[in-house]
Amino acid sequence: MQISSRLRIATLAAATTALIGTALLGAQAQAQDTYRIGYAISKTGPGAPGANTSTIPNYEMWVKEVNDAGGLKVGDKMIPIEVVEYDDRSSSEEAVRAIERLINQDKVDFILSPWGTGLNLAVAPILDRAGYAHLAGTAVSDKAPQLSKRWKNSYWLLGTGSQYANELATFLDQLKSDGKINNKVAMIAVADGFGIELSNAGRKALEKHDFELVYDKTYPLGSQDLATIVNEIKSLGADTFVAFSYPPGTLGLTEQARVLNFNPKIFYAGVGTAFPLYKDRFGADAEGVVSLGGASETDPKIADYIKRHIAFAGREPDRWASIVNWASLQSLQQAIERAGSTDRDAINAELAKGGFDTILGSYKPGDQNFWQVGQWQDGKFVGIAPTSMDGAQALIFPKPDWKGAQ
Amino acid sequence: MLSYAVFSGITLGGMYALVAMGLTLQYGVSRIMNLAYGELVVVASFAAFVLMTSAGINPVIGLLILIPASFALNWAIYRILLKPLVARAKNRGMLEVDSILATFGLLFIVQGVLLVWFGGNYYSYDFMNSAVNVFGAAIAANRLVALGFAVVIGLGFYLILTRTRIGTALRAVAVDPQSARLVAIDVNFAACFAFALGGAMAAIGGVLVSMFLTFSTSMGVVFTMKALIVVIMGGVGNILGALVAGLILGIAEALVATYIDPGLTIAVTYVIFLLVLLIKPSGLFGRATS
Repeated sequence: MQISSRLRIATLAAATTALIGTALLGAQAQAQDTYRIGYAISKTGPGAPGANTSTIPNYEMWVKEVNDAGGLKVGDKMIPIEVVEYDDRSSSEEAVRAIERLINQDKVDFILSPWGTGLNLAVAPILDRAGYAHLAGTAVSDKAPQLSKRWKNSYWLLGTGSQYANELATFLDQLKSDGKINNKVAMIAVADGFGIELSNAGRKALEKHDFELVYDKTYPLGSQDLATIVNEIKSLGADTFVAFSYPPGTLGLTEQARVLNFNPKIFYAGVGTAFPLYKDRFGADAEGVVSLGGASETDPKIADYIKRHIAFAGREPDRWASIVNWASLQSLQQAIERAGSTDRDAINAELAKGGFDTILGSYKPGDQNFWQVGQWQDGKFVGIAPTSMDGAQALIFPKPDWKGAQ
Repeated sequence: MLSYAVFSGITLGGMYALVAMGLTLQYGVSRIMNLAYGELVVVASFAAFVLMTSAGINPVIGLLILIPASFALNWAIYRILLKPLVARAKNRGMLEVDSILATFGLLFIVQGVLLVWFGGNYYSYDFMNSAVNVFGAAIAANRLVALGFAVVIGLGFYLILTRTRIGTALRAVAVDPQSARLVAIDVNFAACFAFALGGAMAAIGGVLVSMFLTFSTSMGVVFTMKALIVVIMGGVGNILGALVAGLILGIAEALVATYIDPGLTIAVTYVIFLLVLLIKPSGLFGRATS
C-alpha cells in the first residue's frame, strides 16, 4: 500500500512537472499581428506513431509553407502563423485539458484536431461550445453524420466506417459475381474503436452481399502475435481475408501470413498498410495488398504534395489520412483568405461553404471524395474503388505469391 | 492445429521469458524494482535497428557490441543513480519504494531521449523472417532464434547460479544481503554485477524482439508490464522460473487464441497470473518468505 501511494505521488509529481513545462510554453509573449493556431497532439503514448505519420508532419509543413510565403493573406495584410502546441500524451483527459487551455488561456484563433477517433470525440463538444470549428482529420465513426449535425462547425473528414466497408463489400461482390472469388470471407478486427466500428459495418455489408463469414473475431489492442489466427484462417478456404487492424497488428499479420505462406486472392489489411513503413518493411511483397485509402500519383497535385512532404519530413506521407488532412489545411487557409479577416465566425462561415481548391480537387471539409479502397501496385498505393472515380486503377488479381522473406 | 498452436505458443513464451529474465535478476538480486526496464529493452531495439539499417550489421552480430555496451550502461546507472539509494535504505521495503521512484524518473528520461532522436514513429525491419519447418509447423526463423536464446540463457544461468562460486554468492545476496556480508561476499559488487547483467539481458531481449515486432519509442511500458507478470509468476529472482512462467503464458495464449477466442489472450494471462498468486503467492519457483 505504501508503495502504491508513493507511486501515485511520483505520477503526480511527473504530471505536475509536465504541466508546468507546457504551461510555460503557452505563456510566451502574445505578439500581435500573428494568427495563433493551437493544437494538442499525441507526441508520446500509444497514439504517437499514428500522429507522427498522419498528422504532425502535415501541421508542421503547412505552418512552415505558409510562413515562408509571408503568412496568411488576410485582407491586404500578410499575417504569419504562430503555433501553440501541447502533448496530449494520447490521453483524452489530457487532450481535453490542453484544448481548454488553448481556448481560455492561450486564446488561440484556431485549433487543429488531435489524432485518433477517441480523442477527436472527446474534444469535439468543448470546441463546439467555445465556437471553434473542428476539422477532425483522423476520426472514423458511424456517428459522423449525426455528430456534424450536433456540433455544427465540426467536420468528420474520414467519414464513417460503413462507407469503407460498403465500398469494399460492393467491390468484392463484383469479383464474386465474375466468378473470381468464392463467397467465403475471413475477417478479424482489433478490439478498439476503429476495428469495432469497421467490423460491425463490414459484417453487415458482407452479409448483405451474400458472403459467408467463415471467421469473425477480434484480437486485443497491442497484440502483434497473430500467427495462430492466421494459421487457423489458412485452413478455412476463404478467398478473401479482411483485417481491420491497427499498424502493429497490420505488420504482424502480413509478416505471419508470409511466413505461413497464406496467400488469399484478396488480402486486405487495415491502418498502416498505406503507410510508407509498410513498403519499406515488405518491399516487393507489398504488391497486391489491399487496404483503405489510396492516392492518384499521376495527379500532379498529389505527386507534388508527396514530393514536398518527403523534402520536409524526410519520409513519404501515408496514402489515406495525410492526404485528407492536407486538403483540410488548404481549405482552412483559403477560408481565412476568403473571409478577409481573422474573425472566427466569418472563417467558420466560409469553411461551411466549401468549394476549396485542394489536392483532392474542389473540396468541402467532410467530403468523401477520396479513395475508399486502395492497393499496392508497383511500389505505389493506388486507388481502386470507388471505381467511378477518376483515375481508378484496375485491381491486380489474384494477389501475387509472397516472394518470401530475406 | 494443436501442434501449431503449441509451437507458436512456445516461441511466444520464449519471447516473454527472454524479456523478463533480466528483470528477475535486477529485482531478485539487486532488489531494484526497475520501472525503466522496458525502456532499456526498447533502447536495444533501436540500437539494433540503427546498426542494421545504417551500418548493415546483422542484429545477431550486433549483440556482440550491444551486450557489453548495455552491461556498461547498466553498471553506470547502478553506480551513479541507485547506489546512493541502496546506501541510505534502512530496509528492503524502503529500497523498493525509492528505486521505484528513481527508475520511474529514469523511464521518462530514456523515453524523452529516444523521442528526440527517433520521434514517435513505428519502426520495423526485415531480418531472418523466412519460415522454418518444425514438426510440420512453419515458424519464422527469427522467433526460433529468440526462443533458442531464451532457453540457453535460462538454463545457462540456472547452472551458473547453482553450480559456480559467483552464482552461489549472487543467490546468497538474493536471500539475505546482511548475512551474505558475514561470509565475505562483497554485497555491493554482487548487486551491481547482477543489475548490469540484468541490463545486458534486457539488451538481448530488445535486439531479438526487434527482429519480429514493430516497435516505437512509447512501447517500453508494455515490456515492463509483461516482464513484471512473468517475474512475479515465476518467483522473484528465479531465472528458471521466468523461463517456465513465460512459456506457460505463451502456450496458454496460443491455445486460447486457437480454440476459444483471440480476444481473450490478454484475459487468460491475468487469469493464470491470479491463480498462481492465489495458490502460490511467492511464484512458481519462489521460496516462501519467512
